[in-house]
Amino acid sequence: MDLARSLRNPRVLLLLLALGVLWPGTAAGAQTPTTKPAADGVTAADEAKCKFTKQEAIEANGGPLGPSIWGRLCQVIDGKATFAKGATITVSQGGKEIADDTTGADGVFVVTIPGNGTYQVALDPKTLPKGFSLTDEDRAVLSNVQVNLGDQQSTFRLGEDDRGQRDLSDYATTVAKGVRLGLILAVAAVGLSLVYGVTGLTNFAHAELVTWGAIATYLANSAGVPFWLAVPIGMVAGAVAGLANDRAIWAPLRKRRMALLSMMVVSIGLSTAVRNLFQVAYGPAGKRYTAASGQLERSYGPFRLTPNDVIIMVICVAVLIGMTVLLRSTRLGTAIRAVADNADLAASSGIAVDRIITTVWVICGALAALGGTLYGLTINVKFDMGFVLLLSMFAAIVLGGLGNAYGAVLGALVIGVVQETSGLFIDTAYKFVVALLVLILVLLVRPQGILGQRERFG
Amino acid sequence: MSWLSILALALQTAIGFQGASYALAAAGLNLHFGYTGLSNFGHVGFLLVGAYGMAISADQGWSIWVGFGVGIAASVVLGLLLGIPTLRLRGDYLAIVTIASAEILRLVANARPSEPLTGGSRGIGSLTSRLGFFDPSFIPEGTYGVGKSFVFTDRQLWAMLVCWGLVLVVTLLLRGLVRSPWGRVLRAIREDEDAARALGKNVVVFKLQSFVLGGAIGALAGALIVLNAGSVSPTRWIAPFTFALYTVVILGGAGTVWGPIVGAVVYWFVLDLADGVLNNLWFDVSDTSAGAIRLAIMGVGLMALMVFRPQGILGSKKEMLASGR
Amino acid sequence: MAAELRTDAMAALDLVEATVGVAKPDSILVADDVTRRYGGLTAVEVDHLEVPRGVITALIGPNGAGKTTFFNLLCGFDRADTGSWSFDGQRADGAKAHVLAQRGMVRTFQLTKTLGRMTVLDNMLLAGRPQGGEHLLRALWRGSWRQQEADHVTKAYDLLARFKLDKLTDEYAAGLSGGQRKLLEMARALMTDPSLVMLDEPMAGVNPALTQSLLGHVTALRDEGMSILFVEHDMDVIMTISDWVVCMAGGRIIAEGRPADIAGNAAVIEAYLGIDHGASTTGTIS
Repeated sequence: MDLARSLRNPRVLLLLLALGVLWPGTAAGAQTPTTKPAADGVTAADEAKCKFTKQEAIEANGGPLGPSIWGRLCQVIDGKATFAKGATITVSQGGKEIADDTTGADGVFVVTIPGNGTYQVALDPKTLPKGFSLTDEDRAVLSNVQVNLGDQQSTFRLGEDDRGQRDLSDYATTVAKGVRLGLILAVAAVGLSLVYGVTGLTNFAHAELVTWGAIATYLANSAGVPFWLAVPIGMVAGAVAGLANDRAIWAPLRKRRMALLSMMVVSIGLSTAVRNLFQVAYGPAGKRYTAASGQLERSYGPFRLTPNDVIIMVICVAVLIGMTVLLRSTRLGTAIRAVADNADLAASSGIAVDRIITTVWVICGALAALGGTLYGLTINVKFDMGFVLLLSMFAAIVLGGLGNAYGAVLGALVIGVVQETSGLFIDTAYKFVVALLVLILVLLVRPQGILGQRERFG
Repeated sequence: MSWLSILALALQTAIGFQGASYALAAAGLNLHFGYTGLSNFGHVGFLLVGAYGMAISADQGWSIWVGFGVGIAASVVLGLLLGIPTLRLRGDYLAIVTIASAEILRLVANARPSEPLTGGSRGIGSLTSRLGFFDPSFIPEGTYGVGKSFVFTDRQLWAMLVCWGLVLVVTLLLRGLVRSPWGRVLRAIREDEDAARALGKNVVVFKLQSFVLGGAIGALAGALIVLNAGSVSPTRWIAPFTFALYTVVILGGAGTVWGPIVGAVVYWFVLDLADGVLNNLWFDVSDTSAGAIRLAIMGVGLMALMVFRPQGILGSKKEMLASGR
Repeated sequence: MAAELRTDAMAALDLVEATVGVAKPDSILVADDVTRRYGGLTAVEVDHLEVPRGVITALIGPNGAGKTTFFNLLCGFDRADTGSWSFDGQRADGAKAHVLAQRGMVRTFQLTKTLGRMTVLDNMLLAGRPQGGEHLLRALWRGSWRQQEADHVTKAYDLLARFKLDKLTDEYAAGLSGGQRKLLEMARALMTDPSLVMLDEPMAGVNPALTQSLLGHVTALRDEGMSILFVEHDMDVIMTISDWVVCMAGGRIIAEGRPADIAGNAAVIEAYLGIDHGASTTGTIS
């Protein structure tokens, strides 16, 4: 938590200390290269200037590295990477000092360690040369550096502490992140809204369609398919799941004329069952797409976004425009709207209502899968990721007006932006709370949602 | 472990405090869902409020009675806050607002800034002696039961006795209510709100009464859970808890007086049996997987019940057939 | 048919001129400037209407004429954009549906709304008035409402006998035939002792034999002194039983008068012939 927070500020004259750990017993290929945790706020340019790879470490060491903690102290001063010479790094374990090293002119240090374990790595701030300073004195000691096979990185933060201050760019970036979340929510929730529109079902198991899409993409991706090719595979899997959902469960229940409230309960049972089966089959841990690593933030005007962020937003906007066109100006769209308006009337005017509903389920499954995949790309892929998003999706479609697809998009954007930006003003622990409170307040003032029509009786 | 002891353990959970507390919580939900047709998917929010009311009061050094008072008063406020804006609207809105608000309450209790009051993510612990819930127990110290597995400690017996006693009182109270003209209006609302309205019933007021009363019963269950455990933590009050209560209500028979009791006992028996079986298979099942499989069984059970036996154990088939209009 | 009898209220109508918005000697419902718009569409636009007391008034018009919408507005099931109306001399616009029902304006629905998972008797008892036992605190004290309940039971049995449903008292309402449900809904409405009975297409989807029986019940209500307003588009039904006919088209009232006046009214004929032949279809769902 603290690490992520301390990395937030961008303009800082920066630090960069890459702490890597090498373990000779493993072949280089088995070592998972880890990137620095997506460095919010550290501008890509600064990042690049201080970049330090294992290869460079080996070169600096003048030979292969044994089991060791190594790194380079670097701070960007006046736009130039400057290395700290003569600083002392002490490594200890369980309170016992193991070894220390002093950085050379290239800022590099290498401390040999006995093997895997948890270490404390301390930087003596008094030994830092002039012009260098730790951002946070309390973090002069990294007390919990876990060393396992492979490379890991940890950071000391150098430079002036201005984490309390924010500039325009921070606000702009937060809003952009909110828009990103909103767009993903919109793509994921449009299907939920459409299904509600044509069948009246509030489908709790929509969450698992979202998760399923993300997992399907992950499976393809981890089987070697490049991520962006795996995305359409995930969507197809989602569409199939949507179709199966309708054919196996909802169509028979509609035929039985099951009450909507009962159907809602069935969807809860389905959601609970599938989510837990995912946990058993896929495992409880979150996993990452290949395309999720190596992402560094760049400045786009006042916004600082990763390339993935930009691609995600472009895809979402394109898909949403596509959906609008589909609903507005194709025969299928007209039929969907007719069924949503009044299924009996649509049936009597020759529309094959059941076929339309099945089609909507297929679209719903594919879009949910896409939404899930894109969400997974921003965080990670986990068995309950859809369930975590479910309330935001519900909030989005209620906010926009139940059953109104455009409303769902608008509602999703509002929820996404509110959720992200509220973190600027109050504790981030409450950001989800704020989004839900907005929902309840809007219902108080305008029960039919932002774009919903006033209810009719009779 | 022998199969007999697995059965005995399952039965112990079913008729023990677990079963009793679920029966109590489900009784409130049954009033909402079974009798009034309210789609309250955030029942756990009422339980949470009752639980934290009790725990925070005890933390302040107040008595159990104040704890009950605080918890129930808070649940009434919550019921009014949620009910007044949403009970006018279609059921879908209530479903989403209730589940959302239950989640809000949990997140707020869990958040770091709330720590002084709720203990944040750690919750509030070691309240047993302050609550003094077990002090009035007249049951001599020791263990009671048959064989090695079907055994209760004196404390467990006391907690069971109090909780089942409350379940009985609440159930009889509800029995009187739902068989009165008041209960008749609730059932009419469940069947068709507009028809009730056309016959001069102030539908919103009746719904609100049902919502608040059922919520208060949920808060009572939450307070009892804290009394028994001597602690409270935010991780417990999650949406699947509500879904489990739905399973209980439907299993026993939604809209029947004794349904929640039968449902709770059978629910815990089946679930614990599944647990026992999973732990004694010829291959190892990790605890997390066992937990997940248990919940998956609950989910499948809930679906199957809704589809194949919506009347549950106690409901009448004829009445259920009538629901298809 | 017991329509030979002529009440004073019916006789009084003979002197009323058959023009739109005409004043009646004794009106139970008076409406002014009522409009209801959906989006850009004006569904109802009624300048002035008086519904006479003690007689059967039919509200007719082709599909989409706005009659059901107007009907829903009057009994509080929809909200008007503008307008004021009074029921029994008291202001009724803005009043909630259940309040109007308590004041004696009770309605039925085009698609019958019997309460499926309740017995026929419970359906009836629900409508009884007054109901002390509906108060949450008194509900638990059976003694406070036992006598009231017993009175309601007696009355319910009388009414059920009249509608030939007395052998089905313990059946679930959902188990009744469509016709029986129509009868139950009407019987249930009478449990409330209404002064104005509002029937929304009572004959829709009903076989001819039952239509006759329903017509008999409706006229019997009138003969007991109740006022009736019903929405209908079957001309034969209207001509048989109504004492006064109001015809709507395009949201407006285009004609008013006795059945004979309406039968020859050019505007009515044009509205019916010009817009809709399908008087026997299921009607619009608005």
